[in-house]
Amino acid sequence: MTSAPPPNLKLARWRTAWARFCRDRMAVLGGLILLLILVAVLLGPVIYPISYSEIDVTQATAPPSWAHPLGTNALGQDQLARILWGGRVSVAVGITAMLVSISVGVLVGTLSGFYGGIIDQGLMRLTDLFLSLPQLPLLLLVIYLFREPVRAIAGPEIGIFLLIILLIGGLTWMTPARLVRAGFLTLKQRDFVTAVRALGAQPSRIIWGHILPNVIGPVTVAATLGVGNAIITESTLSFLGIGFPPDVPTWGRMLFDAQNYLVSAPHMVIFPGLAIFFTVLSINYVGDGLRDALDPQSNRP
Amino acid sequence: MLRYALKQALIAIPTLIAISIILYTILALAPGDPLGELASSPSLTPDVRENVRRALGLDQPAYIRYFKWAGSFVTGNMGYSFVSPVPVSSLILQRLPTTLWVVGLAYLLAIAIAFPLGILSALKRYSLLDQVVTTLTFVGFSIPTFFTGLLFIILFSVWLGWLPFIYDSTLQIRNFSSLLAQVKQSIMPIAVLGLFQAAVLMRYIRTAVIEELGADYVRTAYAKGLTGWAVVNRHVLRNALIPVVTLIALDIPTIFTGALVTEQVFRVPGLGSLLIDSIGRSDTPVIMSITFIYAILVVLFNLVADLLYGLLDPRIRY
Repeated sequence: MTSAPPPNLKLARWRTAWARFCRDRMAVLGGLILLLILVAVLLGPVIYPISYSEIDVTQATAPPSWAHPLGTNALGQDQLARILWGGRVSVAVGITAMLVSISVGVLVGTLSGFYGGIIDQGLMRLTDLFLSLPQLPLLLLVIYLFREPVRAIAGPEIGIFLLIILLIGGLTWMTPARLVRAGFLTLKQRDFVTAVRALGAQPSRIIWGHILPNVIGPVTVAATLGVGNAIITESTLSFLGIGFPPDVPTWGRMLFDAQNYLVSAPHMVIFPGLAIFFTVLSINYVGDGLRDALDPQSNRP
Repeated sequence: MLRYALKQALIAIPTLIAISIILYTILALAPGDPLGELASSPSLTPDVRENVRRALGLDQPAYIRYFKWAGSFVTGNMGYSFVSPVPVSSLILQRLPTTLWVVGLAYLLAIAIAFPLGILSALKRYSLLDQVVTTLTFVGFSIPTFFTGLLFIILFSVWLGWLPFIYDSTLQIRNFSSLLAQVKQSIMPIAVLGLFQAAVLMRYIRTAVIEELGADYVRTAYAKGLTGWAVVNRHVLRNALIPVVTLIALDIPTIFTGALVTEQVFRVPGLGSLLIDSIGRSDTPVIMSITFIYAILVVLFNLVADLLYGLLDPRIRY
C-alpha cells in the first residue's frame, strides 16, 4: 500500500473490493434480497391497498387467501400490511441503532488509539466492563424504569424508539471501538502518518484525513452486522412484550401476539418470523462478503 | 496456575462492584417513586407514608442506600418482593437451578455438535460437507431463538404431537414415567438453545482450525509421519482452542440472553421468566436483583473461561 494514495488509486481500491464482493455469490444474493426487502418496506405500505390497522373481527385468524395473502391476526388485521409496516420499524431501528453504536465506538476507539496512555487504559477498562454486562436483562431493566418518562416527553412511539436505539447503540459500541483502536495503533506508527505529522498537520486532520479513512473497512463490516443484531434485539424486546406499544406492528410483536394461536393459526408465526430471518440472514451474508472484500490481507484471487 | 486463578478471581470483584454501581445509578436516576403503587394509594395518610419511607431508608441519599443495598446483597439479603411477601432471594433460588440446568445442558449439546462438525468442515474445506455446515451456521445464528422455538412447537407439538406444548413446572420426578415426561418437556428448550449456540461455536471452531492448519508446526508434524488424526488431536486442536475460548468468553452475555428468550417461549420457570413476569407486575426489587444475578453469572462464567484459557495456554499464566 502506498502512503496517502492519490484519489484514483483510492477509487481503484474500492473497485477491487467491489469486484471481489461480486465474486461472492451468497453475498450478492444476500444483497439482492436485502434490496428487495428494503424496497418492499419503503414502497409496500404506499402501494398495498389494505390498511395495517383496520380491524375486522369476522376475518380473525384467517389463513392466507386472495383477500389477505398472508392471512390475518386475532383482530382480523391484514398480516401482509402489518409485516410491510413492521419492516419499516425494524429497518429504522436497525440502521439508527447501528449509527449510534458506530458513532460511540469510533469516538471511543479514536480517543483511545490516538491519545493512548491513561485515556486509553481508562477507556479500555470501560470497554471490558461493558462487554461483561448482561445485555438483555439490562435493556429490560432500563426500559422498565424509563418507559413512562420518555413516553411523557416524546410520545409513546417516538419516545420508546429513541430509548431503544440509544440503549442498543449504547450497549454495542465495543466492537467498533476495539476495531478503530486497533487500526489507530497499527497506523499511527506508519511512515505516512509520521510524514503528515512532520508537515505540521493538526491532530484532527491526521485523524479525519489520514487514519479514519484507513479503518473504514472493518468498521463497515461491523456496521453491517450491527444492523442485523439490532434488528434481532428489537424483535426480542417486542417478542417479550416490552418494546413498542401494542398498536405498532413490529415483527417481534407479531410473533408475541401469535404465541396464543399456535394451533389454530400457525401462519401468524411463520410469516413475520421468516421476515426477520431473511432480513438478518441477508445482512449477515452481505457483512461476511464485505469482510472478505474489504480486508486487505485476504488477497485471494 | 493457582496464582493465576487467584489473580483472575480478584479481577472479577472490581468488575462486579462497577456493574453494581452502574445498576444502582440507573435505578436511582429513574424517575417515579420507589414505593410504586403505595406512593399514590389513597388508603395511606401522609404520615404513614413518611414513616414507611423512613423505615425503608428512602429519606437517605442514594450513595448511602447503595452501600446498604450492596452490603445486604453480599450477605444474601435481597429485600422483599413488592407483590408477594416473599424474600427476593428465595424467589431467585427457586428459579436459578432451572436456568443453570437448561443453559448447561444446551451448552453441552452445542459442544457435542459443534466440535466434530466444525473440525471436519475445516479439514475438508470447500467440500460439500463444508458448504453444508457453513450454510447451516449462517442460518443457525440468523434465526432468532424465539422464532425457532415457536416453529419447534408448531412442528413437534401441534403437527406431530410428539412433545408437550409447554414446560410443566409442577412435575416431580417420582418414577420412570415422570422422568420420561421431564426428559420430553426439556428436549425442545434445550435443543433450541443448543442449536443456536452450536451455530455460533461451529463458526469459531472452523475459523480457528483453518488458521492453525497453515502453521509451520502442522507441516512439521505431518512431515515426521504423524497420522492426520494425531496431528489434529494433539497439535492443532489444542492451539485452535485458545482463540475459541476467547470468543466464547466474549459471547457469554448472549448465552444468557438466549436462555431468557427460550424460557419465555416454553414457559420454563427459570430466572428469565421470573424477570419478565416481575416487569409485568412492576416488582422493582425482584427485577433489580435478577439483573444483578445475571451480571454475576456473566462475570462468573467469564472467570471460568479465563481459567480455561490459562489452562490451555501456559504462556499467559505469567
